[in-house]
Amino acid sequence: MSTTTMNSMQRTLTTLGHQEPDRVPFFLLTTMHGAKELDVSIEEYFSRADYVVEGQMRMLKKYRRDCLYNFFYGPIETEAWGADVIYAEDGPPNAGQPIIRSMADIDALEAPKISEAPCLQRVLEATRAMKAKVGDTVPIIGVAISPFSLPVMQMGFEGYLDLMHGDQTRFERLMKINEAFSTQWSNAQLEAGATAICYFDPLSSTTNIPRDLYLKTGQQIAKRTIANINGPTATHMAAGRCLPIVDDIAQTGTAVLGVSAWEDLAELKAAASKKLTVLGNLNGIEMRRWTPEQAELEVKRAIAQAGRGGGFILSDNHGEIPWQVPEDVLLAIADAVERWGCYPLDWIDDEAETLFA
Amino acid sequence: MIENSQAFQEALVALDKVQADSLFQEALKDAKPIQVVEQLVVPALEQIGEQWQKGDLALSQIYMSGRFCEELVERVLPPSDPDRKHQPRSAMVVLNDFHMLGKRIVYSVMRASGFEMFDYGRMDVAQVIERAKQDRIKVLMISVLMLPSALKVREVSDALGDDVKILVGGAPFLFDDQLWKDVGADAMGRNATDAINVVETWMREQSL
Repeated sequence: MSTTTMNSMQRTLTTLGHQEPDRVPFFLLTTMHGAKELDVSIEEYFSRADYVVEGQMRMLKKYRRDCLYNFFYGPIETEAWGADVIYAEDGPPNAGQPIIRSMADIDALEAPKISEAPCLQRVLEATRAMKAKVGDTVPIIGVAISPFSLPVMQMGFEGYLDLMHGDQTRFERLMKINEAFSTQWSNAQLEAGATAICYFDPLSSTTNIPRDLYLKTGQQIAKRTIANINGPTATHMAAGRCLPIVDDIAQTGTAVLGVSAWEDLAELKAAASKKLTVLGNLNGIEMRRWTPEQAELEVKRAIAQAGRGGGFILSDNHGEIPWQVPEDVLLAIADAVERWGCYPLDWIDDEAETLFA
Repeated sequence: MIENSQAFQEALVALDKVQADSLFQEALKDAKPIQVVEQLVVPALEQIGEQWQKGDLALSQIYMSGRFCEELVERVLPPSDPDRKHQPRSAMVVLNDFHMLGKRIVYSVMRASGFEMFDYGRMDVAQVIERAKQDRIKVLMISVLMLPSALKVREVSDALGDDVKILVGGAPFLFDDQLWKDVGADAMGRNATDAINVVETWMREQSL
């Protein structure tokens, strides 16, 4: 196999330009595993920016991945709005009681100031420290929950669907508030040193809402928000389907699309058709029980389906590797990327039949 | 035989409550409420569930149609109605995590299909074990969104033993089709109508 000649940033930028870099970029989106590295609880780990920086740096080296990830946990944004965070010993923190408990609460809702939210400041501090360590050699991926998807945590999924289908005025007010917050939060991360923002928008997935509703809501909100974010974005469906709306997502101005294990990677790559770079789609839930051999096979399959021509970053399908995925599986994935991800990917012609039998 | 199930389904998917209500009322002119539920509502919800499974419909459409059907059925078939199914004592719970939508959808669809069950809301392992024993539950339906919560089903199944049938559902089980066996469940449902079919099969096979 050929040796690598690019650093992670060059590799990633090349694939984003729909050219073949030296090797398929590998975004292993581990978050909680940093606590294992430091031998502290998940709650303790996320309580300190320096822990997260150290965890991310160790995982960068150990798993030979091509990015740093400043994502702490999903509900960190609603924490800034005043919600509780419920920690677990063996999984990601959850959002507590919704901050919007009746639709009328939206009338008086105000977004928090980022400068006054200690939890968000912790993320920015971690981002600055990561940037100081890697400069422009490794992409630092920041995270913002989309204004359209954030209400699932702000008010619960049921309440939000009822709002969306029943109270247009309050829905629009909530979106206006969230768009301003999401833009400020994204730009603060970029100013702190994030290279790009992962715009998590699972509600827009066709798993969750139909395309016609997306075109009227999630897509319009994404267009407005992404236009105001001062850097590149990667839209992530967090395991939801998106094949029927790939073109629609491309129109929002995003550069990358994080896709589901439920959809065919080759079809997604074809649909993205040089308009979007595809990020995905190893099954993080199944990964828990993969053998190293299976991990290698899954990496080969993904690369065979989407690697050629660039425009592809190997990652999981959700944007966060579950706590239960063992280290030997992650190492096997990393080994397989190095073994099978180097361009040109000529081995695919010889093995395609076996891989997809 | 009630026709118009297809039209009823289309009205639900389009969130056209007026049209769905009108078709429901029309069916009631010639059939008993339980027949309307079984021949109009259940087939429509089954189709909608299957289409979601294939990726052709969205969760929001299932949720809204389930909610609306529940309202329609509630009007003509109140919870105490003797025509509601003779079924095992059943309960539904969100185990350990805080994501309630999946349970809400299955609960709505099952009630719209004539089932009655306890709604335990959100509970941790100890709470659900205690409550299931107290209520002498025979069928326990567990909904989860997070993998750690799914793995906790094992503790529930070990504690309740063979007397209680456990049916699980939720994203981790959809992403890993072996997981339900790993955690000691008796079955998994990929959607709400799967849940109905599993419970009905258990009712037939074991006279629960």
